[in-house]
Amino acid sequence: MSRILVGVKRVVDYAVKVRVNPEKSGVVTQGVKHSMNPFDEIAVEEAVKMKEKKLANEVVAVSIGPSQSQEVIRTALAMGADRGIHVEISGKEYDLLQPIHVSKILAKLALEEKADLVILGKQAIDDDSNQTAQMTAAVLDWPQGTFCNKIEKTDSGITITREIDGGLETIKTKTPAVLSADLRLNTPRYATLPNIMKAKKKPLKKIGASDLGVDTTPRIDIISVQDPPVRQAGAVVPDVDTLVAKLKEGGHC
Amino acid sequence: MFATNTAVRGLLRTSVLHRCKSTLVVAEHNNEVLNPITLNTITAAKKIGGDVTVLVAGTKCGPASEAVAKVEGVGKVLVAENEAFKGFTAESLTPLVLAAQNQFKFTHILAGATAFGKNVLPRVAAKLDVSPISEIIDVQSEDTFVRTIYAGNAILTLRSKDPVKVITVRGTNFAPAAASGGSGAIEQAPAGDYKQSLTEFVSQELTKSDRPELTGAKVIVSGGRGLKSGDNFKLLYDLADKFGAAVGASRAAVDAGYVPNDLQIGQTGKIVAPDLYIAVGISGAIQHLAGMKDSKTIVAINKDPEAPIFQVADIGLVADLFKAVPEMTGKL
Repeated sequence: MSRILVGVKRVVDYAVKVRVNPEKSGVVTQGVKHSMNPFDEIAVEEAVKMKEKKLANEVVAVSIGPSQSQEVIRTALAMGADRGIHVEISGKEYDLLQPIHVSKILAKLALEEKADLVILGKQAIDDDSNQTAQMTAAVLDWPQGTFCNKIEKTDSGITITREIDGGLETIKTKTPAVLSADLRLNTPRYATLPNIMKAKKKPLKKIGASDLGVDTTPRIDIISVQDPPVRQAGAVVPDVDTLVAKLKEGGHC
Repeated sequence: MFATNTAVRGLLRTSVLHRCKSTLVVAEHNNEVLNPITLNTITAAKKIGGDVTVLVAGTKCGPASEAVAKVEGVGKVLVAENEAFKGFTAESLTPLVLAAQNQFKFTHILAGATAFGKNVLPRVAAKLDVSPISEIIDVQSEDTFVRTIYAGNAILTLRSKDPVKVITVRGTNFAPAAASGGSGAIEQAPAGDYKQSLTEFVSQELTKSDRPELTGAKVIVSGGRGLKSGDNFKLLYDLADKFGAAVGASRAAVDAGYVPNDLQIGQTGKIVAPDLYIAVGISGAIQHLAGMKDSKTIVAINKDPEAPIFQVADIGLVADLFKAVPEMTGKL
């Protein structure tokens, strides 16, 4: 195996409590802390680990989005990726960009870069779609190993342990393949200051979606984005007896 | 003139679509029993309107297809029994769904938003060149759907412009369709060579439990980091026994190795909405709340009065769980 392509998305930081904008068209993202999608950090870590084990020669980090997406590419480079590709899409076009568009872009890049493996996060914590890896695999006609808990390289391909509803399952796929990282695949490393400095010197190529011949025509209209219903404030009870009494009152036992 | 013509044509096309609405539900089963989320998905299909066809694929389809044929509102059951579907891999099922789509021209293709549905449907959608819609919580019309984004902190209503809508359904937001009263016709699904060499199912390790399945349980007792060890989860199992409840966990408890991954409730685990959710030693991070805040009644037991879980709890008890939980178990 020689090259791994890793997809990284810039999202509102997981610890931020998001607010819906006054126009009800999206959430407030201006002036809000952003960072790399947590699942993508896991994907980068896995790719870098494979390179450290000499299972890959090169790790290429790709991000699709506005110019600030370069920040997450730099983070991936600081974690050990070798070079970056930024596919610039911004404004309204980015607001309506869906996994179908992203997967077509990633598929094009996977072929262009002759990648043997594409590793993505299982979902982005902003749109919560959980689609891009599956769709990229479909576009390429490659096997998919989604929700990976463990990835092992074998002579003939890869053996993947996947997180499924009732527990775990093991599958074998051929390469090239597209994988998506679940939370427990690994613990991502922190980028150290020297590595952050070094990452600034690593190559980062910027291209547009049209350079790849991918049509980004919107597939959806956003009708509205609303706040979820607010739960009524509850009561704190003084002791277990009151708690049990309340549960009985509510018909729960 | 041209504009009028286009408008008329558009109108005609829409009305034709209205008449021809038809939905394919991809059933989830394990070759023995039907996964109950299929019933919730059929309800979502009925809400869209039109005919409902259910596809049952696997190495053994008898039990699930017979069960599905009896579900109220199911018009037709397509059965595809084939060794190629061992392990229900997306690579083998996708060509089958495409063949069914090719033959019957469904306007909607649905599955439950489980590990199975999430794995298979986006692959199908990409092959149809349409943008799938994940985990809908409501159907507003045949092309307008509601889903949550940002860990349930915003609700997105979207209109799909694609000719075929490929959708996964959040089971907890749709009542299960009645499992009896229907009389769907059982037919063979389009035949084809579904054997593929891309991927091979090897094995499964399922967590064994006598407890109700988490996503369908009426009562859930859930533990977090506050439990301090896997052994201490016994306290929760004892409490759960009193309710006939399922036991769940926060990410912290799973990461610490107290319980297996498949018990995780939250944005990236399971989404549950039981009648009663008892959170024990769980702080209530955004990501956990995403998985349980639609529960009817939420009870929180935590020694930290500032824990965010108390902001969503209907009943809160600020106490040491190691004293409160056994006391509670004793008094129920």
